[in-house]
Order: sequence, then C-alpha cells, then structure tokens
Amino acid sequence: MAVVEAPRAADVPPGQATGKSAIATALSAYPALWLLVLFLLLLPAFASSFVLVEIFGWALILGMIALSLMFLAGYGGMVSLVQMSVAGCAGYMVAIFGTSAVAEVSLGWPWWLAVPIAILIAVIFGTLSGALAVRTEGIYTIMITLAIASAFYYFTHQNYTIFNGFSGFNAVRAPRTLGIEWRAPVPFYYLTLFGAAVAYLAVVYVSRSPFGLALQGTRDNARRMAALGFNVTAHRIAAYTFAAVIAALAGVLLVWHGGQISPGTAGVGPVIDILIIAVAGGLGRPIGPFIGALIYVILRTFALDVLEGVGLDGKRFQLLIGLGFLLIVLFSPDGVLGLWSRWRDRLLQPWTDVRARDGGP
Amino acid sequence: MPTSVAERLSAAGTANALELRGVTRLFGALAALVDVTLTVRPGERRAVLGSNGAGKTTLFNCVTGDFPPTSGTIRFFGEDVTHFPPHERIRRGLRRTYQISALFTGLPVIDNVYLACCGVSRGRFSLLRPRRDDGLMQAAENLVQAVHLAAVKEQRVAELSHGQQRQLEIALALAGAPRFILFDEPAAGLSPPERSELIEILTSLPAHIGYIIIEHDMDVALRVVESVTMMHNGRIFKEGRPEEVESDSEVQELYLGAGHG
Repeated sequence: MAVVEAPRAADVPPGQATGKSAIATALSAYPALWLLVLFLLLLPAFASSFVLVEIFGWALILGMIALSLMFLAGYGGMVSLVQMSVAGCAGYMVAIFGTSAVAEVSLGWPWWLAVPIAILIAVIFGTLSGALAVRTEGIYTIMITLAIASAFYYFTHQNYTIFNGFSGFNAVRAPRTLGIEWRAPVPFYYLTLFGAAVAYLAVVYVSRSPFGLALQGTRDNARRMAALGFNVTAHRIAAYTFAAVIAALAGVLLVWHGGQISPGTAGVGPVIDILIIAVAGGLGRPIGPFIGALIYVILRTFALDVLEGVGLDGKRFQLLIGLGFLLIVLFSPDGVLGLWSRWRDRLLQPWTDVRARDGGP
Repeated sequence: MPTSVAERLSAAGTANALELRGVTRLFGALAALVDVTLTVRPGERRAVLGSNGAGKTTLFNCVTGDFPPTSGTIRFFGEDVTHFPPHERIRRGLRRTYQISALFTGLPVIDNVYLACCGVSRGRFSLLRPRRDDGLMQAAENLVQAVHLAAVKEQRVAELSHGQQRQLEIALALAGAPRFILFDEPAAGLSPPERSELIEILTSLPAHIGYIIIEHDMDVALRVVESVTMMHNGRIFKEGRPEEVESDSEVQELYLGAGHG
C-alpha cells in the first residue's frame, strides 16, 4: 500500500509558465484565488486581534510546518515526522542566540544575527535527519524520523545548560524594526501571512523545476531515476534540506507567536499533530496543509466552548478534535482537498451525464 | 572512484565500448551469470538471445550497476566501472531500457523526457523552472519528435497506450549523449506496425551509438544487429554473425527444442 497518494502534476508544463504571465493566467483562471488573496489581505480590517493571531496566524504557521511535510511526503514519498522538531530547533535557537527571560542562557544577539543562525542550525539538523532517514522506505522512514523527534524532545527536556530543561524559554518576542512593532497583532499577522505565502509559492514553483520534477521521479520510480543519471540518495537529502528551510522559518514565527518555547512545543503530540494536519488537509497539493491547519486550530480553539455549551466536560476537547479528523479521513482518505474535488466534480458534471451512466448497460 | 578526465579520454580512444571479464552474479545459491566474458566494440550493435532464465537481464543489471556482479570486472570505454553506482555509469554515456516499462506515470510525456535530459546534465538540482528556450527543454522536444510521440507530449504517461509507453521507454534512453545503450526487449507486446516503427527508430540511430538488444522476436532482433550472443543457463554459449548463429544446429536445438526442427 502506498503511504501517500501521489499528487497530480500541475496543469502547466515546465517551460510554459514563468514570471508575471503565469500569475496573470492563474488569476484570470481562478477567481476564487483572487477572493482568497483579497480576504487574507483585508482580514485585519474586520477581524479581532484574537482571530488574527490565535486563529489565522497560528494556522498559517502550523500550515507552513505541515507544508514542509507535504513537500517531502507528496512529492518525495517520504513521510517525515521530524519537521516539527526542525521548527522547534529553529525556535529554540532564536531564544538561545537572541533574547529571552532566561538571561543566564540567552546570548542576547540582535535578531538579524540570531534568526539566520537559528535557521541555519535547524536546516543542518533537518538535513542530517534526512541523511539518516532517506535510505529507508515507508514505515521505516516514519519510525526513524519519529525516533529523532523523540530524541530531540527528551534532549531538550533533560538538558539545562543549553535548552533550559523542562521550563524552556519565555519572553521571546518578535523584534521592533523599520519602525514597526512586529509583535503587535496586525504586523505579526502580515508577517506570518508573508512567510506562509513565500513558502507556498516556493513549493508550487519548485515542484515544476528540475529539482522538484526529479523528486517526483524518485517517488514514482527510484531505480529508473538512477538509470537516468540521478543520484537518488543525494536528491532525497536535498529535499529534506529544502523542507527544513520552510520548517525553520515557521519555527521562528512559532516562537514569536507564543513568546515561549519548551520541550512540549516539539513533543510527540505536536509531531503527530503535524502529520494529522497534513493528511487531513490533503497531501495532494500545497494548499492542503493550510486547510488542515485552519481546521485543526478552529477545533482546538472552540472545541472546549462547544463541549461546555452542550453540557459536557470541557476537558474532553481532544476527543472532539480526534473525532473531527477521524471523520475527515474516514470519508476522504485524500483529505479535505479530495472531498472538495469530488464534490466539485459532481456539481459540474451535467446531470444528463450522470443519468447516462446510471441507466447505461 | 572516478578516474581523471584525461585518463578516461586516453582510454576511450582505443578501448572497447564494453568489456566484461569473468563476470559472475550469484543470487544466494543461484548462479544467474557464470564467468561471462564479452567484448563489444564502439558502435557495434549486438543481440543477446536465450531462453527465459538464461541470464540476459541479469547481464544488463550487472553492466548498469542495478545489481553489481559478485565477481569479475566491467570496463566501459576503457574505464573500470565495476564498483560505480548506476548514476555514475549513466553519466559516462551508458543507457538502458527496461523490459517492463519503468516510467513516471504521474507526469506528462514531455516531463519524463525532460527529466531524462536533466539526469545527465549539470542542472539536476536546479530550483529554477526551465524557460521555453531552455536547451534541455529543446532537447526533450526533439527526442519526443524522434520517437513519434509529439502528438501526445502533454498527456500523462498513465494515459498512453502500451506501444507508446515502449516508445517513451526508448526516448528516455536516448537523452543526453548516449554512447552505448542496453535495450531490454523493446518489442515486447508491440503490434506488427509498432514493430516496424521500432526497427526504424533503432536503425536510424547515429552510427557511433552501439547497443545490445535482448529480443525474443528474431525478425526484429536479426534486422537491427550485426552480431549475436547466445546465452544459456547464465553462460555465453555461442557468438557470431546473425546468419551463423541462426543456422547453428546447437542453437536451433536449444531455441526451438530438440526434435521440433
């Protein structure tokens, strides 16, 4: 059984979509895309800062981490559970090299130095994890990356000299620069939106580049790729590097979002959550992880209120989240994206067609 | 590890395209290839014939490095490639096709060929999409033309007919600058008109490109080669010109079965 469904190749062949023309055609072809972009850009005009930061900001960040998993799983056929740890690593490094309330550990370097170093270290971590994992297949990739993620969790939990153990770091804040207070709700929302948009467009673009096409080739037939002159192992490791860049960016935003980071941030629970988000959203296309993340954040935020509203114990909110995702995966193994495309196909299909099929011989 | 460019060039000037010495491949207790010694000149076109299990495909797998030989050496244009990984051999001009099409079924035809062109170029890891006038893209377009697939180049491979998939299989092996190609039963499952199209593609290859073809269809095999190697039970059994091998009584006995001639 294939662990993941292969995404369909985008409808634009390589060499035919570059620069502005591609964006222009995309916009004229998909009015829904226009509306979504407009909605996201204008959201601060009518949404509360809670909705901006705690719903959309958080969903965009989790979506980026899940996107890095989608890139590996969807295009490369490699289900990596280490992506949340890569994000956590970047978050930790921002806290360690930058400023936090734990002054005895944090070095207090300026953000423009701390952030690139944090991303670099996280990318190295992601690449090394990939180097360990790429020679395995399927369930073994999942196991080995889960092992690395658990090791990262326990290491941060038990190490006090660098990671400050159980309590981690707090008061890690987005900087103030260019005269903008980035920790304020509206600027922070735009910052995450920008990060997510860059990551999303990068994945869409790279999926049709030689590197991305070759990654899909290794997914479909690794042996043939070697027979075409590709070094499959090196290519897969490079895919982990690319995914780690996205996860690391998200990790920086994640630590700024919560203002704190602790072992639990990248514990086994959140690690699995990222997998659930990506699968429930749909691994078929890069937008899937963001849809999954939004559903997750909404369930996570409002499940407690809903349960108490109907007179049940609010502490059972995890149950509602689990049930929600169970329902999605039960009715649509390819996630919300699959559900959506089937629903659209049925809607667009002329009813005569349906009748001909049903009444046919 | 790879020898220097200068060494490779000087060796390639005089060397044979392919030189196998005492190549043996064991799968556990099963000897799929036993002490095979074989020489193929540059530009030479040769058929490898033999019944199922004779070791023909194993021979290919040893040459490409898919399954390295248990013992023996393999030289490709003079360079000892015995311990090279497959991709290093491919980058030196070796190509192969597969008996059962090994294509990227989720991608369009043109992307399959484009990938093959990338594999043997420097742009393998490029994150930039190709431009319309990109050299590799042009090469891919030309190859699609050459194997008569231009009409379906935007279609996903899964939607192609069997015959078209076999043609694409050949196109992937022609990408870059091949010096020697291993064709593993390219005519398998083809209709008679598709077979003549295949013969046309094979005979119109540039003269400097040599190949070995595994083929059960004698009509195809003997029309596109100048020499024949017969294999039996993992050993080379007979070598010679097509007409010699065809008329050999031992070969007839083995291939057609004793008493049926």
